[in-house]
Amino acid sequence: MITLTPAEIDALLLSLRISGVAVACALPLAVLTATALALGRFPGRFILDACVHLPLILPPVVMGYLLLIGFGTRAPLGAWLYETFDIRFVFSWTGAALASAIVSFPFQVRAIRLSLENVNHGLYQAAESLGAGPIDRFFSLTLPLAWPGIIAGAITAFAASLGEFGAIITFVSNIPGETRTLPLAIYTAIQTPGGELAAARLAALSIGLAFTGLLLSELAMRRIRKRNAS
Amino acid sequence: MSISVSISHQIGKFALDADFSIEEPGITALFGPSGSGKTTIINIIAGLTRPRRGRVQLGDRVLFDHARSINLAIRKRRVGYVFQDARLFPHMSVHDNLYYGAKRNRLKLAASDQQDIIEMLGIHKLLHRQPNNLSGGEKQRVALGRALLANPDVLLLDEPLSALDQARKEEILPYFESLRDQRKLPILYVSHAIDEVARLADQMVVIDNGKTLANGSVFDMLGRTDLAPLAGQFDTGTVLPARVASRDPKAQVSFLDCAGQRIVVPYLGHAINTPVRLHIRARDVMIARTPPAGISANNVIPVTIIRMAGSNNDTLDISLAFGHDLDAIHTGPASDRPSIHARITSWSANRLNLGLHQKVFAVIKSVTVNGHLREQ
Repeated sequence: MITLTPAEIDALLLSLRISGVAVACALPLAVLTATALALGRFPGRFILDACVHLPLILPPVVMGYLLLIGFGTRAPLGAWLYETFDIRFVFSWTGAALASAIVSFPFQVRAIRLSLENVNHGLYQAAESLGAGPIDRFFSLTLPLAWPGIIAGAITAFAASLGEFGAIITFVSNIPGETRTLPLAIYTAIQTPGGELAAARLAALSIGLAFTGLLLSELAMRRIRKRNAS
Repeated sequence: MSISVSISHQIGKFALDADFSIEEPGITALFGPSGSGKTTIINIIAGLTRPRRGRVQLGDRVLFDHARSINLAIRKRRVGYVFQDARLFPHMSVHDNLYYGAKRNRLKLAASDQQDIIEMLGIHKLLHRQPNNLSGGEKQRVALGRALLANPDVLLLDEPLSALDQARKEEILPYFESLRDQRKLPILYVSHAIDEVARLADQMVVIDNGKTLANGSVFDMLGRTDLAPLAGQFDTGTVLPARVASRDPKAQVSFLDCAGQRIVVPYLGHAINTPVRLHIRARDVMIARTPPAGISANNVIPVTIIRMAGSNNDTLDISLAFGHDLDAIHTGPASDRPSIHARITSWSANRLNLGLHQKVFAVIKSVTVNGHLREQ
């Protein structure tokens, strides 16, 4: 059994925490956005769609730079958040979580939207004729039927944020124990003379993590699909 | 609870103009060929489709009135809709599906009534199953139960049997019959299958190409030869009320009494005096000038020709009133004397030299007896 060094454990736990918080905070918003995109008919739908997908096509460094201008302590929004709620994103793990959430947001929205669009529209008509209003239908039909997509979206987004590098290093720098996640630790190891072995160990850890995530998502999807098949 | 529908709607080039009302409980068939607009009509009643103009009223509630800008939300219409494809919620058990509407309705049925419906539909053993492992027939019964438990003011059935094979249809039809006979609920039944209509319906609205052509009792409608050109499916025939007069289990026959005329049919399980419904298709009726001897057909009935009409160039639809007495020639739609229809080729009519008011014999090749008839 290979034991992990304290620095490796630090990086691993930090990565898990940042990705976990990022996904958990973004999930409700992702469900809402996906619902609006899948079922809503409103002006500006196309623009919302484009904005959601922006992080997919923008270089991560640009994302990090934009976050820095927006949420830096001297930027208006960042300063206001800091003074009013004592929330500081720059150089802190919460900033890393914010960057991860934004970058992985499109993965969640896409998966959830796909499963929402797959729900047989006739079921909503049936529910409506049985007396269910729109909010009632959302909680009794939409949400439970979209579970496979929500789970899949959350897991994909989690995996994507575990791998986020550019936006994090640009926005919150590379501080051990605070913002040095697994990819940043690998990068640091490679930059350090004689750090090849450390880099290889961390890379292996990343691969193991990715496989576990995939396996879990596949298992969850199978169970839900079996239940929802009609 | 009465329903009155008077609407016009446009879908692309297809124009729908429906105008009918139903005063009595029981099953009203919306009958017509595929694409004639039947489903659109019940979607308009349910509120799933909003018509361009017109008015829909259910009892004393106005569901839609274009002139007064009334368009009641679907969920407030209190209509029970059973879709062709059942549309059970896949993530809920049969029990949760059944009570979905009941939970959301303020005017609830008594618990004992709910139990009665579940028992009547024979689904009490399915309550803990998931919809995905039910058979097609079971799914439709659960969908029917779900609609009924919500305590609707009208039940809309959109070809609920069309996705099922004959065996499954036979499994469900008796449930519709008991529903018709037990619940005082108007039911609109969309169908293009004449045998279902002949078996279940009390009233019938005939629709073709977006227009309501005729409406009235199923006994009158099915005998109307003028509706015959309405697609090949409108298999002209006659539906007649009768009673079981006697039966002979050994010989495997039952004898029915239809307005004094004895009719022999294959053995029925029904007790003596049970009212039944006969369906005789026009193409199963032959005409003979003299009573034929030595033939396999069991029913040879003295009849009088009261009407002859060509449905097209080579066939004739002939209406035949029961009996050879003088009054027979005065048989009209309103009279008590039963009449049946025969469809024969024009060539045979010429060969036999058939004419109006002639006394002939109807040879009936087969009679379909449909379940038990509602007590009038």
